[in-house]
Order: sequence, then structure tokens, then C-alpha cells
Amino acid sequence: MKTEHLITALVADRSSIERPISRTIALYTAGGALLSGLLFFWLIGLRPDFATASETLRFQFKFVVTIALLIPAFVIAWRLSTPEGQQGGWLWALLIAPTALAAACVVDLAVLDPAEWKAKLVGSNSIICVTVIPLLSLPPLTALLFALSQGLTTRPTLAGLAAGLASAALAATLYASNCTDDSPLFVATWYTMAIAAVTMVGAIIGSYVLRW
Amino acid sequence: MDSPNRNDDWDELMRASLGGDDAAYRRLLNSLTPSLRAVTRRGCMRMGAELNDVEDVVQETLLTIHLKRHTWNVGLPIKPWILAIARNKLVDVLRRRGRRIHIPIEDVIETLEALPANYDLDYRDIAGLMKQLGPRDFDVVHSIAVEERPVRDVAERLGMSEGAVRVALHRSLKKLAAIYRRGEIK
Repeated sequence: MKTEHLITALVADRSSIERPISRTIALYTAGGALLSGLLFFWLIGLRPDFATASETLRFQFKFVVTIALLIPAFVIAWRLSTPEGQQGGWLWALLIAPTALAAACVVDLAVLDPAEWKAKLVGSNSIICVTVIPLLSLPPLTALLFALSQGLTTRPTLAGLAAGLASAALAATLYASNCTDDSPLFVATWYTMAIAAVTMVGAIIGSYVLRW
Repeated sequence: MDSPNRNDDWDELMRASLGGDDAAYRRLLNSLTPSLRAVTRRGCMRMGAELNDVEDVVQETLLTIHLKRHTWNVGLPIKPWILAIARNKLVDVLRRRGRRIHIPIEDVIETLEALPANYDLDYRDIAGLMKQLGPRDFDVVHSIAVEERPVRDVAERLGMSEGAVRVALHRSLKKLAAIYRRGEIK
């Protein structure tokens, strides 16, 4: 086809404009998050002692970790939705959560009796943790990957990875309010495992569906 | 980027076309094309690629700009956005040069027999397009793009509504982009 003909066809198709990509992402993320929240309350809901637990440092710290992952991961995914988008310094911001978690583990090991270490690490919800986090991350991951596929990323794997991480962090934030294991040792083991799995799935799917 | 219309403000033209100005859109695409050609040619030479592919890359880039213009943030300058697309399309095309799917010659002959005279498209081009788009959508694209007929005339001739013609055109352009992406043309 001649380029001038193509241009004529494109001009004739001018009115077929889609919704701005930022709005698509906002819309789908909100939808996915809402669905995940509903699923959470339907499946497990808040822990019975939520009010008292929320006054303890260890419980609060779980949210520091998950939200410190959620924000940079989401921003990276969002910024990579346009071709000239750069992840910029946000990649470094992803290090905040693991660094803080590692530090908290050291503190926890120091204040705990070594006889308690194993019990705190194994906890009592490990199976639920590694099941529920991936499950709750499915709606936002699907939504976010679909929204990103409407965009135009030059980094499909990284964008998919960020989408996976953001979804898993959102799911972990919800799950943390149900989970009664508050030790950083538990979080560093089981939350990390679940989040890493979802992140990897996001990266793999992204590398296929976000290519253009 | 050097272009014959170097004074054209691409940001302004794109904003106007997003606002519904057909003339601005045509002017933008016409103004972009020589610049894209220059950038692509330079890129091909730097990477030691053949210059045969230049026009392909330019067309693919134009298609992508069109289909993905909702990813341009109207508050930002458009040039980095355009360059990012052009650069990626170039890399993409060069990467897949080795694994092209050629259309069998039988298909070409078969399709060509069904064509009216005066087609100035590349043979394999037409065969690929006809096969992928189907005769009806191909007719729509050809009438609008090559014969430059208004949508209303095409709708009348084919007994379709104007909306249906527009949908067929948009669907065809998306398919065309996918065909390009898979390297099935030329």
C-alpha cells in the first residue's frame, strides 16, 4: 500500500479515538481492586481482633511493607503504558519495602527468644497466605494487564512485572488485615513467596500480551 | 528532524485532530511522514539494514501512531512520543526480518484474478490484504484509501450504513497493524 493511501485511510478513521490510556488504567485498576476487596470480604474478611491488632507495631508494619510495594509498582506500570514512559527512580523506590522488611526481621530476631524464632516464621497461616494472596491478585492483575494492553509499552516484561507486583501487593494489603501472623519473619517468608510468584506470572504474561 | 513543513507544530495539530479536525490530522500525518522516513533511513543505515524496509517501517509507525494516539498525554510534547514509537518499530522490523512468513504464490494468483484493473499496490501486498481482510472490508479500505471516496459514497454503493463502513475501516486498520506485526506483508 502506498503511504499516501494509508494516510487517507487514517484520516477517514480519525473519529475512532479511544479513551485516554491513563483513564483506562484508572478505571480498570479501580474495578479490579473493588472485585478483589469483595472477594476478600466474601472469603475471609477482617480478623476478629482487628481493632486491637491495629494498635500493635508488628501488625501496622505489614501494611508499611505492602503499601511500599504497591505504590511504586503501580506507578511503574502506569508510566510504562506510553511508549516514551520511563520508570525513572521508581525502580529504586521498590527497594524500600524489602530493605525495611529485612531490617524489621533483624530487630525481631533480636527481641525474640531464639526458641520462638521457628514458631514465628512458620506461623499458623502459611498455606492460606500463599493461596489467598495469588487468588486475590487475579482480578487486579487481569484488569491491569488488559488496561496496559490498550496502551503502548516499550518494556512488555517490566510492565507486566510491575502489574504483577502491584496486584500482589494490593492482595497482600487486603490479606494482611485477616492474617494473624504479624511477625516480620512470617511476612518475609510467606508473603514474599506469594508476591514473587504473582510478580513472575505478571512478567511472563506481560512479555507476550504487551508486545506490539 | 528535518521536514518540508518544519514549522508545523505537531503538538497543536494533534490536539486539533483529537478535537475533531480532519484537515489538521491530514496535515499532521503528511508533515510527519518525511521526518519518519528520514529518521528510519538513518536508523537503517546505522544498523546496516537494507533501505528496502524503510517505507514499511514508516507505514507501520504511522499506523501505530494512529491506533495508539490515546497514549499520548496531551499535556506533554508529542515529539518524544513519536520518536519512541519510530525507534521501536524500526528495531521490531529489523528483528523479525529473518523470520518472515511468505504468502504462497498460489494465493497470490488466485487473489489477483479477483481484482479489478489499475491496482497499484504491491502484488503480495494485495494478496495478503485480501486474504486477511476479506473481500468486503478490503473493498471498503480500497475505496476510501486508494479511490479517496467519501464514507457516504462507499456506504451507498455497498448498501451499508455509514457507521458500519467506519467500523469496517477501523477494524481493517487494526488488522492491518496486526498483519504488519506478524510480518506477513512483503
